[in-house]
Amino acid sequence: MAFGAQRSGGRVPVTSVAGGSRSRLRWIALLREPGTALGLFLVVSLLLAGVLAPWLPLDDPTEIDLPDRLLPPSTEHILGTDHLGRDTFSRVIHGARMTLLAAAVTLALSMTIALTVGMLSGYHGGWLDSALMGVVDLLLAFPSLILALAVAGALGPGLFNVLLAAGAVWWVGHARIIRGVTLGARQMEYVTAARGAGAGNLRIILRHIAPNILGPIIVIASLDVGWIILGIAGLSFLGLGAQPPTPEWGAMLNDARPHLQTAPRLLLLPGAAIFLAVLGFNLLGDGLRDLLDPRTVRPGGSPALL
Amino acid sequence: MGAYLIRRLVTLPLLLLGISAASFALLNLAPGDPAEIVLRQRNPAQLPSQAEVSAMRIELGLDAPLPVQYVLWVSQALAGDMGRSYVTEQPVAGQLASRTVPTALLTAAALALALLVAVPVGILSARRRGGPVDAIARLAALVGAAVPSYALAYGLIILFAVKLSWLPALGYGSAAQVVLPAFALSLAPMAQLMRLIRASMLETLGQDYIRTARAKGLAEQTVAFRHALRNAMLPAIGATGVNLGYLLSGAVIVETIFTWPGLGQLMVGAALTRDYPVVQGFVTYIAVVVLLVNLAADVALRIADPRLRFSRDRM
Repeated sequence: MAFGAQRSGGRVPVTSVAGGSRSRLRWIALLREPGTALGLFLVVSLLLAGVLAPWLPLDDPTEIDLPDRLLPPSTEHILGTDHLGRDTFSRVIHGARMTLLAAAVTLALSMTIALTVGMLSGYHGGWLDSALMGVVDLLLAFPSLILALAVAGALGPGLFNVLLAAGAVWWVGHARIIRGVTLGARQMEYVTAARGAGAGNLRIILRHIAPNILGPIIVIASLDVGWIILGIAGLSFLGLGAQPPTPEWGAMLNDARPHLQTAPRLLLLPGAAIFLAVLGFNLLGDGLRDLLDPRTVRPGGSPALL
Repeated sequence: MGAYLIRRLVTLPLLLLGISAASFALLNLAPGDPAEIVLRQRNPAQLPSQAEVSAMRIELGLDAPLPVQYVLWVSQALAGDMGRSYVTEQPVAGQLASRTVPTALLTAAALALALLVAVPVGILSARRRGGPVDAIARLAALVGAAVPSYALAYGLIILFAVKLSWLPALGYGSAAQVVLPAFALSLAPMAQLMRLIRASMLETLGQDYIRTARAKGLAEQTVAFRHALRNAMLPAIGATGVNLGYLLSGAVIVETIFTWPGLGQLMVGAALTRDYPVVQGFVTYIAVVVLLVNLAADVALRIADPRLRFSRDRM
């Protein structure tokens, strides 16, 4: 478990120049892998679409135009229009914005909980560790989508509630990994040395342990975004998350259900968008895992939201 | 083994108590008064009066303190009474029971399909590492893990039910109606299992005892299937719990799409209408199932892998 910690902690006397060029080489090697390069391309496209959507020359994604409803693709509407005459292309692009926002909020929320629980557990040890990991084991045994569904059911439908629900259930596995890495880092000699030099707990955690956790966290986060996107869009598809007329991919799929026979593209397009986004993050995550840390990722992959 | 089993069986009720208490607290601490939600469900046309809400609180037993409510709920649940749905006023336990068979059928079919494809492909992929079969299988696993089950389900309906008219799109009852939902549900766990089996087969094939077996002059077939496979399958057995999680989570969505009268559909309806007794009953019920299956998987793993039986520290 402590492999990452040992590697970066044990090799102190590397000159900064050599270290810099080596790490740059590793990043270039990452891009030589065609899968990772494709992943990066997809993720960057998604980011660009999401960030730039309001400034792109697109139709208003929520503007209803009933006479123009269910139009097939044309030069005016390159992906056609939906059952309310809204431009599908514009809605798919704006959907990237919602997806990124949802993924970022969920990730931030779940990582905050996971870091707190994991570092506390790994650093403090003892009864606190047993208690926290008991809770983690309990929650790990439970399918996370069903847990999120229960939380969303308690709070009532709405995108904000779904994000809360996803964040509240999604930290569990990560807390375990972070605990393991913290535990490994805590036993390093430089931590003992820092303590001997009079450093307090907070300083040790922030200055000496946190940097070791960074690698695994980047890997977890990048591998996770795909699952989060699938889960949030799934909850929105079920009607619990984003509500119409919000241009969100899961909600778009839900909206298009009655038009399965007449306009299947209304279902397939948001579905394809979700697929490409998830594929992109999964490919990028795989590449980053191979690059940053081959050992600290949980065995058997992430327990999926879906 | 006996002591281990007893320890696990003793902790099981404690875990259940923990999960049911957590979901009970969650539902009761959530914003919104259940009594008001019930009244609005039953009569959406007008806002309930204060007197009606108070009367409903007493009728639902919501006027008692929370711990009392919980103890009452547990004692009744132990007797098989999980309360009544706020919306349909049907007993929750009866609804859970009648919806268990369809979900069990669907998840069993999906799991069988996933194993049927993932095991041979995973083994073949590992044995032909780097070859064309391996490349295609890995690509398929990558794609399979990224396809959302809801989009896949509609893709399948559009292709096989609408365009080709080979299979029925919706409904429950005949064997043909199982095919599309089971496939939609199985793809994600199939991809995950395939990757897992491939990785564990590769690791096993690199072990010393495999080299020994090869050095003895055994046929490659014998080495792969008699020596490597047993060990390579262990992680797949260990992942049963995770896979059940996948399947039950996926069933929630797939059942809704295919109008499959299972537990998932019940839960989605309950979550949308904030039907708390159903949500509470469902969560507790799923916890029982998941914990029991995990226990069964651990026991199976210990039977398959004698090494585990002698290590004491592992729970």
